[in-house]
Amino acid sequence: MMTNTVEAEGQLTPEEQKLLTADMHRSLRRKKFRALFLVAPLLIFIMITFVAPIVSMLYRSVDNPQVIEYMPNTSAALADWDGNELPGEETFAALVTDLAEGRKNRTIGKAATRLNYEKSQMRSLITGTARKAGRLKPPYKDQVIKIKAGWGDIDTWKVIKRESKSLTASYYIAAFDMETTPDGEIKMLPEKERVYLKMLWRTVWMSVVITLLTLLLGYPVSYLLASLPMGIANALMILVLLPFWTSLLVRTSSWIALLQGQGVINDILVWFGLVADDNRLSMIYNATGTVITMTHILLPFMILPLYSVMKTIPPSYMRAARSLGATPFTAFFRVYLPQSVPGISAGAILVFILAIGYYITPALVGGQSGQFIGNMIAYHMQGSLNWGLAAALGVMLLVLVMGIYALYSRLVGNNNQMTLR
Amino acid sequence: MENSASSEAFVRFEGVQKSYDGRTLVVKDLNIDVPRGEFLTMLGPSGSGKTTSLMMLAGFETATKGNIYLNGQTINNVAPHKRGIGMVFQNYALFPHMTVAENLAFPLQVRNMGKSDIEERVKRALDMVELGNFGDRRPAQLSGGQQQRVAVARALVFEPELILMDEPLGALDKNLREQMQYEIKHIHERLGVTVVYVTHDQSEALTMSNRIAVFNDGVIQQLAPPTDLYEKPINSFVAQFIGENNKLSGTLLSTQDGICTVRLPTGEEVTALDINTDDIGKESTLSLRPERVFLDPVEGQCDNVFNGKVEEVIYLGDHKRVRMNVCGHKDFIVKVPNSTDNKGLQVGGVTAIGWSSKDCRALDPA
Repeated sequence: MMTNTVEAEGQLTPEEQKLLTADMHRSLRRKKFRALFLVAPLLIFIMITFVAPIVSMLYRSVDNPQVIEYMPNTSAALADWDGNELPGEETFAALVTDLAEGRKNRTIGKAATRLNYEKSQMRSLITGTARKAGRLKPPYKDQVIKIKAGWGDIDTWKVIKRESKSLTASYYIAAFDMETTPDGEIKMLPEKERVYLKMLWRTVWMSVVITLLTLLLGYPVSYLLASLPMGIANALMILVLLPFWTSLLVRTSSWIALLQGQGVINDILVWFGLVADDNRLSMIYNATGTVITMTHILLPFMILPLYSVMKTIPPSYMRAARSLGATPFTAFFRVYLPQSVPGISAGAILVFILAIGYYITPALVGGQSGQFIGNMIAYHMQGSLNWGLAAALGVMLLVLVMGIYALYSRLVGNNNQMTLR
Repeated sequence: MENSASSEAFVRFEGVQKSYDGRTLVVKDLNIDVPRGEFLTMLGPSGSGKTTSLMMLAGFETATKGNIYLNGQTINNVAPHKRGIGMVFQNYALFPHMTVAENLAFPLQVRNMGKSDIEERVKRALDMVELGNFGDRRPAQLSGGQQQRVAVARALVFEPELILMDEPLGALDKNLREQMQYEIKHIHERLGVTVVYVTHDQSEALTMSNRIAVFNDGVIQQLAPPTDLYEKPINSFVAQFIGENNKLSGTLLSTQDGICTVRLPTGEEVTALDINTDDIGKESTLSLRPERVFLDPVEGQCDNVFNGKVEEVIYLGDHKRVRMNVCGHKDFIVKVPNSTDNKGLQVGGVTAIGWSSKDCRALDPA
């Protein structure tokens, strides 16, 4: 556009600047479309396979359709109930209708299971009553209480009323090792019934230990790889990656063979007399086993980012530091280490995030004390079929990881940019 | 040291050899004495052993054989950080995670100096390189020339007596490089430190040095002040490497009182200074600077006069480079000052050219 030709002397007026900006955007538009077109397949793939399941999981952790859907009359009848005394005859009538209908449609079990999460015995109370509900004649109240005395307990009704809303916080309450009393008060479970927070905490600290171990083992190796000539470094890199290419199950099983009571390491220790035969070390099916195996499995994820960062640190920095009078020790800590921090943080965050969500290795070698929160989530997905709780635990883990990542980018991300700039 | 010469030499290489693979020598029998306060440049093509020699002096490479002395003490087994040598690296090696001031403070901090003392010296060093206001910047925020100055200041801030520079100007563009050459030269003159400088750029070496050691193939070819190196090369490598050079090969016919006669393959006979020739009848290379050749010489001005056919004229403003065919050599270059007299040079034309035998040096066959 001729109007925007910049005069050699003189500044652009604001209008001219605006036109120039518009021109610039126009000229870049084709490029932007091209970029969008290139990322589109992956973007769609990720939306379908990653974002959608996560959103559905987030929703499932608060979704509460069972009571309101499968006991609609009872839910409606309880809407105006004040909770001070047992509900009246019409509520019992609604209950009997729901139970009879639910039994016919085979849906009452779902509501029963849902309510059983909140109060034990609820399942047998509901299914037991439902079996007879079809034959009852009004008035119902006394007959129902006669079938199952639980219906005479005001708390039963309080639970049903509470869970007859379409959204619930009860899965999160359970995930935080808390419970809701019938009066609606939320309090911590007794110490020995707490499971999830303890397991989450264990998952975090074991992941920290694993991250530190991979750093400790990986840093010197990466340093060596980065300082060796290309040919030798590539050959050694294959050794680092070799375990990476082996099946996870094979690696885990070989650790079992090494570490178990009758395994190679114990045998050698006993043979040398370092350990008594009847007092073999238990190094597997516990937290130790999980830490050892996962450190080995996650080591390449530490070495690769470290190596790639160290490769970019010219050896002349260390030489410069030495020539300026620094001992090798000082030169390393004041010059080399700070420059390898981006690699350390990238490797650490990678290993930590992988570790915290790990499932298969703890399941195979973790025993009782080496289980991770991931194993608990899997149990609720596959074993207890309490998907709501599994989703709530999953969301907790997700939020934790995102929190840690936010902390990381605040602490390290800004620093990185400073060095780059 | 029993040897009296060594007490004068501040830096001394004595029979130093270096091999990386145990089969070939990168540095072969290196012997140099560098007196205190000298600016010595190691000049040579890449792979000539100059950088390796510098690294051995700095302590980053160990000598395979021989001794290196600093101030009369052998330093072969002294760790680099204990040598007290300042060094400027090819890409400056400024620590990117530290500010300029922190970079300068680093050598002082590792020497456990007091905080106020450090501040004082850093300030003085920054002022010396005219970067007084740049202390808080990071190296990446500086231009190439500024980074270069910081690197020099950092190498000087702890007041070493010896500074090593490994192609420090290689990354700068031409104008800046020339400007920095003068700055480094002036800093050297002002502070009187000893400088060992490595470069492959001959104009840089000629501009700054007191003496230049020309390296080739792991051996010093000539060690001399810049003027001698250019005017009086002692072998054909140096003649060819430093400046522009016309090379004529021939057979040595006779030699007497330092003047010899060489017969060219085309039959012409040339008289030249006998500098570095073999026996009579053997090959010799004649070296002649292009600016010492005259067009249409006046009678008696030159004792070597031949005809040259103009092949190409390149106009360079203040002078013309004329490529001629002389005695069968098609690449004979003559530098002609841009005066009104010799405008008539035409490609294809034949002109008489001549030079004095004192400007022509008979050297070893290349």
